[in-house]
Amino acid sequence: MLELVSLAVVAGILVAAAASVVLGTNLVHSVLLLAVLLFTTAVLFVLLDAPFLAGIQVMLYAGGVVTLMLFAIMLTRRSSGVAVINETLRGRRLPAAFLSGSLFALLCWAIHGTTDFPDGGDNLLSTRQLGTSIFTEQALSFEVLGVLLLAATIGAIVLARKRDHGEPEPAGTYLYGTRAREEASR
Amino acid sequence: MMLGHVLYVGVLLFCLGLYGTLTRRNVIGILLSVEVMANSVNIVLVAFSRFTHNLLGQVFAVFVMSLTVAEVVVGLALVILLYRTMRHTDIDEASQLRH
Repeated sequence: MLELVSLAVVAGILVAAAASVVLGTNLVHSVLLLAVLLFTTAVLFVLLDAPFLAGIQVMLYAGGVVTLMLFAIMLTRRSSGVAVINETLRGRRLPAAFLSGSLFALLCWAIHGTTDFPDGGDNLLSTRQLGTSIFTEQALSFEVLGVLLLAATIGAIVLARKRDHGEPEPAGTYLYGTRAREEASR
Repeated sequence: MMLGHVLYVGVLLFCLGLYGTLTRRNVIGILLSVEVMANSVNIVLVAFSRFTHNLLGQVFAVFVMSLTVAEVVVGLALVILLYRTMRHTDIDEASQLRH
């Protein structure tokens, strides 16, 4: 009973935060509400007896991803003091609402129709078991994931670094970017 | 607490994220909505792991988290490159390849 009440509270916060992330007009507020959402998800992981996942959720997402997002917003806004507009596209709202609404109805129908859910019990999975599984049975996936993270790091550095003098700019810069506008205004 | 209740929460979050991904105009807003979707998938994975006593759900959730972080890093690098090239991050204005 207590579990059900706490799940209801957590679910309420999650859905409210997700709705504000998706529908809000200020981008900075959206990122901060995403942090709330990710923290509340960590609480839900604790309720689901996965404390290790709750820990890395807080460290990885709330510590890393949200900070990165805030940095990206600060780097890409035109001038300070102006609220970052994050409006939704007017003509796309109705089809998008229909699509996601029908997906929601379909999945709810599927969950509603299932009667024999496993009820869990008290035999919990420990973090030790999780670590053993990752580093023995899933060792190959773990190594592949390491290679992927390395590739993502190198890719991000190559994409976002400033070009040196004399080095050619990426192709689009000349045709559509600031340089083209500068030449057009000249 | 039942598995079904957690699944409803996950499904609702996923559909909200899908709506945001389809309607957002700013690229960073789209990335935020994708985060919401990935998060809901994690919730469902952990819930199944808890209620079926299968460790693989949690292992998979760990892998999904790392993949999401890699995706955010590359995505934000692309956003900064887009801003440097076009001086905005509006997804509808970045349509030169269509013409």
